[in-house]
Amino acid sequence: MVDFLNALVLLGNFVLVPGLAYGSQLALGALGVTLIYGILRFSNLAHGETMAFGAMITILVTYVLQANGVSIHPLPTALLAIPIGIVGAVLLCLAIDRLVYRYYRRQRSASSIYLIVSIGVMLITGGLIRFIVGPGDRKFTDGERFIIKARAFKEMTGLNEGLAIKTTQGVTVIAAFVVVALVFWFLNKTRTGKAMRAFSDNEDLALLSGINPDRVVMIAWIMTGALATIAGVLYGLDKSFKPFTYMQLLLPIFAAAIVGGVGNPIGAIVGGFVVAFSELIITFAYRKVFMYVLPENMEPSGMVQLLSTDYKFAVSFVILVIVLLVKPTGIFSGKSL
Amino acid sequence: MSYLVGHDMTGGYGGADILHSCSVSVERGQIAVVVGPNGAGKSTAMKAMFGMLNLREGAVTLNGEDITGLKPQERVLKGMGFVPQNNNVFTSMTVEENLEMGAFIRRDDISQTMEQVFSLFPILAEKRRQPAGELSGGQRQQVAVGRALMTKPDVLMLDEPTAGVSPIVMDELFDRIIEVAKTGIAVLMVEQNARQALEIADQGFVLVQGRNAYTDSGKALLANPEVRKAFLGG
Repeated sequence: MVDFLNALVLLGNFVLVPGLAYGSQLALGALGVTLIYGILRFSNLAHGETMAFGAMITILVTYVLQANGVSIHPLPTALLAIPIGIVGAVLLCLAIDRLVYRYYRRQRSASSIYLIVSIGVMLITGGLIRFIVGPGDRKFTDGERFIIKARAFKEMTGLNEGLAIKTTQGVTVIAAFVVVALVFWFLNKTRTGKAMRAFSDNEDLALLSGINPDRVVMIAWIMTGALATIAGVLYGLDKSFKPFTYMQLLLPIFAAAIVGGVGNPIGAIVGGFVVAFSELIITFAYRKVFMYVLPENMEPSGMVQLLSTDYKFAVSFVILVIVLLVKPTGIFSGKSL
Repeated sequence: MSYLVGHDMTGGYGGADILHSCSVSVERGQIAVVVGPNGAGKSTAMKAMFGMLNLREGAVTLNGEDITGLKPQERVLKGMGFVPQNNNVFTSMTVEENLEMGAFIRRDDISQTMEQVFSLFPILAEKRRQPAGELSGGQRQQVAVGRALMTKPDVLMLDEPTAGVSPIVMDELFDRIIEVAKTGIAVLMVEQNARQALEIADQGFVLVQGRNAYTDSGKALLANPEVRKAFLGG
């Protein structure tokens, strides 16, 4: 019985807790992608860079705050800086829309052209970010490191295995929950939110109803900038901030959006967790779990790891391929918000 | 002069002209129906009156005011409602939300208008929390008409409201449209089901190749042997 509990705690520590945090980050990222797809009808490949940009501004402000001794211990200081990061990312999104996307909107370009344009935006934004903060790793996490320490958990329960919950993980899950709830409240209860859903559902009829398309597009970018910044900062707090990792995050984020059904916000959330847990479940080494569960002489000699963590991005790829082959519309058959 | 008039309209979607000096008009509280064979320019005439294509010649007036240069959204503000033939509801939104979106330009209390729509289409009140995409064809048309009525328009324009619905539902829809006209709204509609539509029409316009072929009251057109022979199947 104790062995079984130990195995469960082990899985909780290495799969459940990190999966919830990582899934929340992906869900927030995918929500931004899905929002742009629903309103502007293209896949925004620059979304990873928007996340990095918002996170970068937040980090710079965090440094200023830390230098001035501002702190909200035990929480990370970066949480205080997020609003300014959001303003920065929103301004970037609106500027890019004004300078780049609006032109293609007026041309009524095909979505494939938008896609390629967004690659250009991605490269330029990425360059801008590395020009400002450089390509290196940046740590900006402060405050209390753990909510529950592994050692404290062991002493408390008397088990061999410890369950650690980092502050950043707790903050991530709670923040994601609040943000998602706010987004859904906005889309389903407010006049402007409903207008966005109407525009996403049937653009021509929305125009006939007197909904202003420029305003809908602007609000979509504002929400995307905010979501991207929050997702970017939470990811940076949890892991670390490195500009290139955000470009790599694009793959699991798009996998998440597509699994759930692009354009469908509920799908984006579910997709985020599906991708996160698939990645962790497939790259986790189960040796110790089996050592607890199986009789003594049957314990495995290898790591019992399906895939090395170096290949974790392959998981997103495989999920993408399977979804596109079996159910291209995604779990929730997305299309409109 | 009639309330809404499109007179001597000539124009098309950019290429060759589809309408050739075509005139259509409707009076408040009356129903005007545009009929004609496929490709006669019925829907085009309707779109021209709603500002969805540019006219080379001719003009559209609403209550005596020239609105030829106004965009469709501006015409909505002037009191015109339009129900397109296809994709005329927000499928992922509930019936109630569809109606709310119809009233988007209004800043006042819309609950009374919504109650009026629900009393006109009782089935919608029952299904108010259901997504419009889950409704039957006839119910969807009711949502579409209801959505257009939410702005409290003076003119309601319907592009083939009975396309793809069963004959029973068609009769019911026509009954509702008569009720709408009785409230003082000018109703202008394009119809495939020419005979049934002319039966409820105060004024009928038969178009052929973008030109007015016959213009008369609905009853007179139904009685006209030439019209019967050419367009109503004898």
